[in-house]
Amino acid sequence: MNDHPFIHLQHAHCESGVTSNLLRHEGIDISEPMAFGIGAGLFFGHLPLLKINGVPGTTYRIWPGAIFKRVAERLNVKIHAERFRDQGKAMQALDDVLATGKPVGILGSVFYLPYLPEAFRFHFNAHNLVAYGKQNNEYLISDPIMEGVTRIAPEDLVKCRFAKGAPEPKGFMYYVTGTSKDMNMAKAIEQGIKQTCFFMLAPPIPWFGNKAIFLLADRIKAYPKKLPPRKAALYLGNVIRMQEEIGTGGAGFRYLYAAFLQEAGQLLKRDDLLAYSAQLTKIGDDWRNFAYSAARIMKERTSDIVSYDELSELLKICGRQELELFQNMRKLAW
Amino acid sequence: MNVNEVPQDPRNIKQGDTLKKVVYAVGQDGKYTGVNSAGWEAENFALKQAWDDIDETLAETEKKVRDGQWSPIPYFMQKNLMDVALLARYIGKWQWQVKRHFRPEVFKKLNTGTLDQYARIFNITRDELINFGKQAH
Repeated sequence: MNDHPFIHLQHAHCESGVTSNLLRHEGIDISEPMAFGIGAGLFFGHLPLLKINGVPGTTYRIWPGAIFKRVAERLNVKIHAERFRDQGKAMQALDDVLATGKPVGILGSVFYLPYLPEAFRFHFNAHNLVAYGKQNNEYLISDPIMEGVTRIAPEDLVKCRFAKGAPEPKGFMYYVTGTSKDMNMAKAIEQGIKQTCFFMLAPPIPWFGNKAIFLLADRIKAYPKKLPPRKAALYLGNVIRMQEEIGTGGAGFRYLYAAFLQEAGQLLKRDDLLAYSAQLTKIGDDWRNFAYSAARIMKERTSDIVSYDELSELLKICGRQELELFQNMRKLAW
Repeated sequence: MNVNEVPQDPRNIKQGDTLKKVVYAVGQDGKYTGVNSAGWEAENFALKQAWDDIDETLAETEKKVRDGQWSPIPYFMQKNLMDVALLARYIGKWQWQVKRHFRPEVFKKLNTGTLDQYARIFNITRDELINFGKQAH
């Protein structure tokens, strides 16, 4: 059926990249931005009390695993997804599927991936990659953030799949079991956009969605009063890294989502989506402006209250513009 | 961001320059496209700062191990970018137990099974674990 070789394409973000590569293998031509948008990957969250290595958590994307699942649902693709308690069983299950020639999506920690440069190997447990074969007792790996394919030893892959900490991947793996001709792209795009508007606007709690941008802005304003300079710089640095490091496509996934809106607008011949795409591109530039200014403050190790005030204001500009954008997009007629 | 504005600032941190990631940018025709980027000054600085903090803390811990104030456990814990909570999850013990193992007199009495468990988590041999900080370099 699909015994053709797996084609690796490099992408910005791991999960939407894996989703795109796995579906393309099944003959569904879906770009990374399209996967990201249909899977409603865009988000914002700030959790001052959930400290990871002593730094408050910030996220620009939806929780791991959601994108692939939603894209599959919305495009009528049948998938199998499984978690394991037993490491041996998890590796056996992977081998069994690979033996049938099917590429498998894998969730794991970047810390245990020796093929990545040390610079990026933190205990981040929500990385996605594809195993597409086994040769000479090594797994053939297509990691969407890498330029080319690579290999990994079984003992490293076990550690990666069974990393501890939050969230624990527990050997999670997923693959496509069947596709359907009955695939409505327009409907899938609509569902994806509606869901993103809902997640950005609806949460009644301050830590998630658009509100959380303002929460972070208020926190940043208070950093020079509340934190020693070194800590304030580390906190700010983490926000920049979540926004700009590998996997985000730039501006905390905002450019990736703008690319989705553009592609959707072209496909559905809708000027309103194209206009929202252009608007989000500008907002993305403002996010980059915020990151640039934050880095400057960190470099100077300044506790200058004025500069933190300005930084907080830059962030609020992003928050206000996104609020307007998603409020308008929510009203889109379909 | 336009394609010609995609930053290519070298990232000279722990082999970080060997990977050119993809970012999305707008081309001359107004269409979005994926572009490889070597890195960006702002994020490079944030990444370097995070590593510098880790390296500084690790150097302080190494000194405490060599001075006999701490066992080698906290050194290898930090070297593996773990905190007590994460190490406790890996070794399957309570955090207070792991913290007790930071004390050299407690560490000395650990049985080989526990030491091997720690060594495996840290990806080193039992000897490397026990002997760390004993001899001067």
